[in-house]
Amino acid sequence: MKLRKLIVAGSLIASSLTTQLALAADTIKVGVLHSLSGTMAISETTLKDTVLMMIEEQNKMGGLLGKKLEAVVVDPASNWPLFAEKTRELLAKDKVDVIFGCWTSVSRKSVLPVIEELNGLMFYPVQYEGEESSKNVFYTGAAPNQQAIPAVDYLMNDIGATRWVLLGTDYVYPRTTNKILEAYLKSKGVKDADIMINYTPFGHSDWQGIVSDVKKFGSAGKKTAVVSTVNGDANIPFYKELGNQGISAEDIPVVAFSVGEEELSGFDTKPLVGHLAAWNYFQSIETEANSEFIASWKKYIKDDKRVTNDPMEATYIGFKMWAKAVEKVGTTDVDAVEQALIGVTVPNLTGGTAVMNPNHHLSKPVFIGEIQDDGQVEVVWQTPDTVRGDAWSDFLPSSKNLMSDWTPPMSCGNYDVSTGKCAGKM
Amino acid sequence: MTLIKALLKLTLISVSLSAPLKAAEFENFESAVSELPQTDFKTLPALLEGIAELDDPRISALLKHLSDGEVYFLKSDKKVFYVVDQADGSAQIVDVLSGDKVADIEKKQLNKVKTNNSIRKGIGQLQAQLNINHPDPDIRLTAAREMLADVSRMSDKRLKSRLDKESDGDVLEVLTLISALKQFTQDDTESQFAALEQLDSTLEPDVRQVLITASLDTENYAPEVLAKIKDTMASIDNQRNLYSYAENIFFGLSLGSVLLLAAIGLAITFGVMGVINMAHGEMIMLGAYTTYVIQQWFPNLIEYSLLIAVPAAFIVSGTVGIIIERSVIQFLKGRPLETLLATFGVSLILQQLVRTVFSPLNRQVIAPEWMSGSWQINPVFSVTFNRLYIIVFSLVVFFMLLIFLKKSALGLHVRAVAQNRDMARALSIRSNWVDAATFGLGSGIAGIAGVVLSQLTNVGPNLGQAYIIDSFLVVVFGGVGNLWGTLVSAMTLGVLNKFLEPLTGPVMATIIVLVGLVFFIQKRPMGLFPQKGRAVE
Amino acid sequence: MNYPISKFSSPLQRVTGLLFVMTLYVVIANTFFAPDSFWHVSDYSVTLLGKYLCYALLALSVDLVWGYCGILSLGHGAFFALGGYAMGMYLMRQIGDRGVYGNPDLPDFMVFLSWDSLPWFWMGSDSFVWMIVMVVLAPGLLAYVFGAMAFRSRVSGVYLSIMTQAMTYALLLAFYRNEMGFGGNNGLTDFKDILGFSLQSGGTRLSLFVLTTLFLGLAYFICHRIVNAKAGKVVMAIRDAESRTRFVGYNTASYKVWLFTFSAVLAGIAGALYVPQVGIINPGEFSPINSIEMVIWVAIGGRGTLYGAIVGALVVSYAKTRFTAIMPEAWLFALGGLFVLVTLLLPKGLVGLWPQVKASFLQRWPSNKEKTL
Repeated sequence: MKLRKLIVAGSLIASSLTTQLALAADTIKVGVLHSLSGTMAISETTLKDTVLMMIEEQNKMGGLLGKKLEAVVVDPASNWPLFAEKTRELLAKDKVDVIFGCWTSVSRKSVLPVIEELNGLMFYPVQYEGEESSKNVFYTGAAPNQQAIPAVDYLMNDIGATRWVLLGTDYVYPRTTNKILEAYLKSKGVKDADIMINYTPFGHSDWQGIVSDVKKFGSAGKKTAVVSTVNGDANIPFYKELGNQGISAEDIPVVAFSVGEEELSGFDTKPLVGHLAAWNYFQSIETEANSEFIASWKKYIKDDKRVTNDPMEATYIGFKMWAKAVEKVGTTDVDAVEQALIGVTVPNLTGGTAVMNPNHHLSKPVFIGEIQDDGQVEVVWQTPDTVRGDAWSDFLPSSKNLMSDWTPPMSCGNYDVSTGKCAGKM
Repeated sequence: MTLIKALLKLTLISVSLSAPLKAAEFENFESAVSELPQTDFKTLPALLEGIAELDDPRISALLKHLSDGEVYFLKSDKKVFYVVDQADGSAQIVDVLSGDKVADIEKKQLNKVKTNNSIRKGIGQLQAQLNINHPDPDIRLTAAREMLADVSRMSDKRLKSRLDKESDGDVLEVLTLISALKQFTQDDTESQFAALEQLDSTLEPDVRQVLITASLDTENYAPEVLAKIKDTMASIDNQRNLYSYAENIFFGLSLGSVLLLAAIGLAITFGVMGVINMAHGEMIMLGAYTTYVIQQWFPNLIEYSLLIAVPAAFIVSGTVGIIIERSVIQFLKGRPLETLLATFGVSLILQQLVRTVFSPLNRQVIAPEWMSGSWQINPVFSVTFNRLYIIVFSLVVFFMLLIFLKKSALGLHVRAVAQNRDMARALSIRSNWVDAATFGLGSGIAGIAGVVLSQLTNVGPNLGQAYIIDSFLVVVFGGVGNLWGTLVSAMTLGVLNKFLEPLTGPVMATIIVLVGLVFFIQKRPMGLFPQKGRAVE
Repeated sequence: MNYPISKFSSPLQRVTGLLFVMTLYVVIANTFFAPDSFWHVSDYSVTLLGKYLCYALLALSVDLVWGYCGILSLGHGAFFALGGYAMGMYLMRQIGDRGVYGNPDLPDFMVFLSWDSLPWFWMGSDSFVWMIVMVVLAPGLLAYVFGAMAFRSRVSGVYLSIMTQAMTYALLLAFYRNEMGFGGNNGLTDFKDILGFSLQSGGTRLSLFVLTTLFLGLAYFICHRIVNAKAGKVVMAIRDAESRTRFVGYNTASYKVWLFTFSAVLAGIAGALYVPQVGIINPGEFSPINSIEMVIWVAIGGRGTLYGAIVGALVVSYAKTRFTAIMPEAWLFALGGLFVLVTLLLPKGLVGLWPQVKASFLQRWPSNKEKTL
């Protein structure tokens, strides 16, 4: 009995997994790979809703290539191996044509081998550390040179900071960003003694000691600025401690790369007012496209208080680009779409146009804003031009010789200029 | 002379950026204000410097509103107004020049005169110059301390007249420092010595900075002066070290009090009842969400919201605790390890429930005014109010609980059931009822911890997860079933962590504490204060 | 109910038999049927099944100490992850110069951290044999040292559970640190091949799957022998009354230490088999929640029965896979509810259900008694 039950169960598992071959190809399937539970749900749920909204809008306009789009939503539950498993499920079982997904770098790293093996197509909408370029992934968030370096330029030239605190959560994005910034600052003549680097664990909630150190570091008579790559959950205790220890934005401004409108909506903004954020998009930027997008988002999510943020715009741009490329080549075939995507332009929500470069990164404008007490960010500075996303940083010794170009004849994500070889290719 | 140059240089670094251009000159306040709409971040500082040169009573109001971001101008004719948001959501619009309220303008017609950090910094310095004669001693003190960063901004004449008039002790102290610093920059050894004498006991970081700069300057200071500087610095640093020691202890106690609050509820559900309550963190989370809901319901009572939230959170978490006990845990008597599984399931459900009801995003809990800011004991040692209150509050909760358990009838029953259920029942104690009440009590206290944590960290579905492991460690380290143990262990772990942190960084500090704990338990397998007697096994 | 099944009456035979049948089926199906055939098992399913079986092996190791010796370890995830890291290091070295930076000696993350040579603990990691040694040694040694200290000083019950949790939590934090030299938060990933076979080919996947079932079967067999041997009886006596067993004259600590160490080695092997199949190992595996989940597999399946642990791991993992796809927004309700209900209603776990059903079945139709047995 037992055995039979198990066999039945086993074959059920097996058959349910194997027989899901394309039922009917009358829809185009869009995979949505964002954590809906676990620690990352807090950020990623919004992006899932954004993709669903884009799909709904696209379907209202008649879909793509005469077919309706169909969303396949899965929950990788903030569990990195599960990300790989779910990607395989989306590609092998559900046969999706494109995936919008991931937030953390480690989830992307986990997905990468699978998506390359099964030749899928993914849009990654979050700012990240760079040092990667995959044929199958399009990076619509900011690379370090589209966020961190302009922010430091602003602090250096407009605020006059000469002493730097680089605070970060101990994982690869802050590590890389801080390494790049350190090299960049040194190239600008900043001395070692004027740079303080500190890493904290995820979700660090007791900032008393560190903030007091920053305060001491900042009382050395030179204008001090903090560059924060502190990750989501640890931010609010950090800013609260800053406020309570009496460090104002005028004394020591903090520029953050992971604090946007959505994070701010969950904060008591009082201690943050005047501090800085650097992104490629702010909700407060007044353009027609942006107010339209904000209105349709509020309508879709049925909540007038919801805000929009940078990764949402990145998702928006990615989706529009994909749709445009699919229409252009008339198929959802990954290789064709991948080539067609390069060079595609889509209007930014903030004005101007975003271009998909051959290195699978975007050219986008960079904005620096000051946080206001209503949780919005007021732009105080922006790059005069769009900045081209760099897959490989020029400021790191390991990657300064590398470049990425996915158009033939090079078709390589990590071409070494000095040796003329495409590393990683056999 | 070079010292002055060096100082000037320092000054330049901090001031030049707020005033990259030479101060503009204006006929009067009206003509200066009319320029405001034409400025940008680059030209605004010069304009403000120019305004500060004028002698007009309206200047300080303009500077204040400007730094608060309340200065707007009409898009049509560039007339400048203050726009002050009122508590009821409307905006009061006031003409800058006449000071009259204007009713027929809407906010939409206006553009903001934008400022940024460095401009506001510059405004602060200008305000300090204006405020040095302000009637309010607190404002004078801030202004004087602002001056300390760059004493050259205060003319000798102004300083002297202020020194003669000053009646407030604190302000006088800072003014004396300013005068000493000025004296120190003079070019004769005599007055340098005299100045150092006066600077000897100060902790102001700005003074120390001047001394550091001077101590490296062998050209301009005689060797004996340099030696004296060294002595002075040593005495200053001695004091600073003492205070940083005190600071560490405070940080440690404050971390300890957070641990105590988080763990104390568990000390009851786990320590007294023996339930391995994995849903304890979620009880904390519910308390934090209760605070959020209270603030949503009574938006006018933000200042009192915490006081309302404490009993409310106790009731909410306590009720949920009783429901869990009645529906799940009571059926698992005598199977303590299985309570781990069931309560883990409950914790998953509660997390997802909160996610469904409140969305997965963090919720904004506002800190009341009295919880913000710090108590500046001296320039290098300040104690933040919220931490201070939390330490006091955690101790109050602890002792109230202790008294409750030791002195009240219910407390007696709780202890009786914990020690010997059958005997307690034989003495006509309704053990089922006591179980439910105990679990409710533990959960309720966790809820109170949630109210406190809402003031320190994010209020989101994962809040509880962050504290569950720490809570278990605290209870186990202290000795299961011993409330005093929980107190001692929470404070020990807190202080230990904060003393290690500066040496090893926060991550290693936590690791070292954890490993230390593992070793400690090998030495004392039942924690700091083991249960004695027969009830142990 | 019918003849052939009665042959498989003992759990040992049932489990090994079932494993054998399943493996045989997958191998045959994938050799003889075309990939689009109904009977063919897709790569996705093979990998998934392989992953489940690793979990099953892990659950087995947890059950061995918890179900039979009463040691509730909330830190078995640490041993699993250590085994995984040992394998991951080997696989990382196999990438050679095919990494993104093309450095033949150093893994990508070290190039990135600008290290110029391998740290000492990476020495030898390119050797397959050394990897196998490390898979056994790393978790085994940790378990031995931890166990020797804890059990000799008679740390027991909840104290022990919380200490194991502290251990895995400390390791979690340590492995998150980039200075540790294990890739920090990203862990080790982007593996290419094992012993020269590409990890992305169906054949390698199938072999890994078969290897996993083999190990699971072998481990099951050994565990079965252990718990049925005299030593097993002592272990169970320790579970039920440790003091008494000690007074009778057994060195209970040393029994516990060795059982704990053996269980940790099993967990390490599970981890080593897991990594090439899922393609990533990172510090998340050390997280205490993972270790609690392992305990839950065992509890759901049926604590104190070896096959129960396996059933639990498979059922919960499968439920998780399905729930996260079918109802992504609400699956935690289902999973949480499952945990609560099983603990409340099935104190002996899912496999405890069977005798209950059988009993009521026999009560109703006593005439079937002969045949059923």
